[in-house]
Amino acid sequence: MPRTVPSAQPNGTSNTTSHPANDMRATRQFFYERLGLSDRLLERCLGEALSAGGDYADLYFEYVTASSLGLDESLVKSASQGISAGCGIRVVSGERTGYAYTDDLSAERLLRAARTAAYIASGPAKQPIAGFTEAAAPSLYPIAGLSVDAEVSAKLELLQRADRAARAYDARIVQVRASFADELRRILVVASDGSFAADTQPMARCNVFVIAKDGENITRGTSGGGGRVMMNFFLTEKTPEHFAVEAARQAVLQLSAVAAPAGEMEVVLGPGWPGILLHEAVGHGLEADFNRKKTSAFAGLIGQQVASPKVTVVDNGVIPNRRGSLNVDDEGSPTQETVLIENGVLKGYLSDKLSARLMGIADTGNGRRESYQHIPMPRMTNTYMLSGEDAPEDILRSVKRGLYAVNFGGGQVDITNGKFVFSASEAYLIEDGKITAPVKNATLIGNGPEALKYVSMVGNDLALDEGVGTCGKAGQSVPVGVGMPTIKLDKMTVGGTGN
Amino acid sequence: MSTTETRNANADIDQEFVASIVTKAMRAGASDAEAVYADGDEFEVEVRMGEVETLKESGSRALGLRVFIGQRTASTSTSDLSAEGIERLVSGAVALAAVTSEDPFVGLPDKEDFGAIPGDLELFHEDVYSLPAQERIEYARRAEAAALAYDARITNSKGGSFNAATGRKILANSRGFIGEYRTSYCSIAAQPIAQAPDGAMQRDYWYTDARSLRLLGSPEAVGQEAARRALRRLGARKVKTQRVPLVFAPEIAPSILSEVLHAVNGDAVYRNASFLAGKLGETIAAANITIVDDGTMPGRFGTKPFDGEGLPTRRTMVLERGVLQSYLLNTYTARKLNLRSTGNAARGLAGTPGIGAGNFYLEPGTETQQQILAAILSGLYVTELLGHGGNIVTGDYSCGASGLWIENGELAYPVEEITIAGNMKEMLHNIAAIGSDLIFYGSVACPTIRIEGMTIAGE
Repeated sequence: MPRTVPSAQPNGTSNTTSHPANDMRATRQFFYERLGLSDRLLERCLGEALSAGGDYADLYFEYVTASSLGLDESLVKSASQGISAGCGIRVVSGERTGYAYTDDLSAERLLRAARTAAYIASGPAKQPIAGFTEAAAPSLYPIAGLSVDAEVSAKLELLQRADRAARAYDARIVQVRASFADELRRILVVASDGSFAADTQPMARCNVFVIAKDGENITRGTSGGGGRVMMNFFLTEKTPEHFAVEAARQAVLQLSAVAAPAGEMEVVLGPGWPGILLHEAVGHGLEADFNRKKTSAFAGLIGQQVASPKVTVVDNGVIPNRRGSLNVDDEGSPTQETVLIENGVLKGYLSDKLSARLMGIADTGNGRRESYQHIPMPRMTNTYMLSGEDAPEDILRSVKRGLYAVNFGGGQVDITNGKFVFSASEAYLIEDGKITAPVKNATLIGNGPEALKYVSMVGNDLALDEGVGTCGKAGQSVPVGVGMPTIKLDKMTVGGTGN
Repeated sequence: MSTTETRNANADIDQEFVASIVTKAMRAGASDAEAVYADGDEFEVEVRMGEVETLKESGSRALGLRVFIGQRTASTSTSDLSAEGIERLVSGAVALAAVTSEDPFVGLPDKEDFGAIPGDLELFHEDVYSLPAQERIEYARRAEAAALAYDARITNSKGGSFNAATGRKILANSRGFIGEYRTSYCSIAAQPIAQAPDGAMQRDYWYTDARSLRLLGSPEAVGQEAARRALRRLGARKVKTQRVPLVFAPEIAPSILSEVLHAVNGDAVYRNASFLAGKLGETIAAANITIVDDGTMPGRFGTKPFDGEGLPTRRTMVLERGVLQSYLLNTYTARKLNLRSTGNAARGLAGTPGIGAGNFYLEPGTETQQQILAAILSGLYVTELLGHGGNIVTGDYSCGASGLWIENGELAYPVEEITIAGNMKEMLHNIAAIGSDLIFYGSVACPTIRIEGMTIAGE
């Protein structure tokens, strides 16, 4: 069952920096020069992949450099870097997919992998289209000024600032762990239909974890964020102090938390990361593969009212710098903004090349994969609900007795029966329209095709998360974003222990 | 199928090669070094509605290096095993170590602690790849077909599958340890969907897995059990918010036991991020609770001859009759806590070693599951947990659940869209019954348990 793991944070705002035009050529050149690829070799591999027939074949090359630094107990305890490179070769024949990968990129091994993938088909050889056509693609993230190029000392400085800020927040903060991780992922995708795409995808993230202790009472707090951003992002927009103070605030707040209530009640979700509700409640259920196979609780519901008329939900892969954004997806197709639910009516699915072809629908550019070792499938990018007209304070004021949840841990959904959960890590009781006591961690549970029908108010304060989400599906993890304005659900089950 | 080709692809890598990485790191200025090499290959076939849906076959290999310069340390990893790639692995690690802090607790284990469990631990069986391609596909197809044929209400399927994999690990360090072991794995699974007359769907799954093909269950048994599990969920309803006894079956109870596993992880313990920190020697559970970690049990999924730092694995009494006896530690966390490593270092390719369990289990009791159920007038038999609601710092636990309602000692009707919540500190004292049915589905195993005092949130 798909699940999303974060260490969460709301109140993010979208970054709208623009970047110079996407230069696919530079990425292509990297692969050709560094890894010895050539048009000729790629064509030979595609030819080998279709040597037993099949409708389609593609080659996915990936070269990832990653590094991470960890500050723990005010010491730089860990520093690591790694390189991972390989190629995945796919052959599609009808509904069948053959897949093989190799981390040895010699011509001999590539051709062998192509032959292995070809076993899925059983017919006369087919010829790939001669010559490649580069896809047009936007440039949603920087290619200069990346943290991967920054001096290690500059990143360490960020961590030391986080450590100082968290400890200075409150004397009860007894442990601080700060980490900085970044990677640069280069991909090259070529297909037997002649399509050709290359992309260089940066990712950076800063994370802070703290422990607060007051006598016997011990709590934790976490905060983090980032995206496809430059080093400058952490110096000006989301500073280490921002994450540190947020983590410390949460831990200290939890020291005075009371038991969460148990049972059905009104629930108000804050803006930003609580949008994980949408990711679990509707997003996964609208991935085309589940609907093609009719294994989703949303199968056959297109055109039907699945949410309150106040609810409009989109998946948008083209927001600059966001964690879930991509110039092209992992099949080389351009990403886009796709309306999933409009005024409560189910509009469409998220598709990849295979599901688009088999279902006769458009490819929405949502074909993603964890790495060259994985087969692509429909996945979300950045999924969020559009703003409504209510003022957040009016929403809170309207609740007699309920829960106000502003921060969450992970979530999970059972696609087939629609049941989903997400766990609140920062939440408060609402009593007579006022926020009162903070409550302990509690899981919220609902039914995807029903839950959003209970949305009675939608705030005017849409926010995207701060860049922490990692979504897991069928054993594959990919970075995603979520977002939401403040919303009120008239009914949801809260899994606490209190009355 | 090019299985044979793929499997022999890494024959050129041996212990000498891995030891040479350590030597290179020492020459480059490291005062100590540790290299780890891992390779593996996998085969997977998925069949859906009788037709092959995916066929995947491949192999990969990579190297990891950890270097020490005095009391500083850093690590690197690469999938590029060319001379140039290895040069970068070594020089990168040494350069990176210079930016880290001096930490008095950092370092390789002491020489006299190294070792490996002797003899055949039955972790590797060549036979996982012995089936011809068509027969592997048949395994997946038969599992799905058995599920679809089981009942007319099984109307759809997320498929049947057969997987096989093998792996090899070599670890070498500058204090003289060198070791190697291989593992194998195979599994058959089915995921049918049952449909009620009103159109509501329920999925479930079942599987069999083992280190050898001859230890696998039959595809038909897998399919039938998967179908039975999906069918029993049809017509599920919500129940009212209440406190009743909960019963966790052996396929779901390990999830609860895993909360204890996370809480005895030395990494969480030394930084006070565990509700069991500072509780060594104290009674933290009911007297009927004994929990063991044993990395030496032949053939099991949590078994290894040596841990991620080259220490022999062992049997560790974690909880004995409710008293906390030991945490699970690697060398670093043991030094931080002024204790000795329990041989639980877990080493991936990248980063510093973490902590991993061997075979972590709760000692069985004497009652059958039926006897445990029979004693309950009204309660919940939990069959699935949704989400990850455990907070090991506070012990608070809250998770989505579905299951079967227990009425007068018998399973009466399916229940869903509820949560179960409590606190691990109390839950460990409230395990009122323990079954005799200890089954190792994975490396964490727990027989049927009955827990009192947890809250069900529903209507």
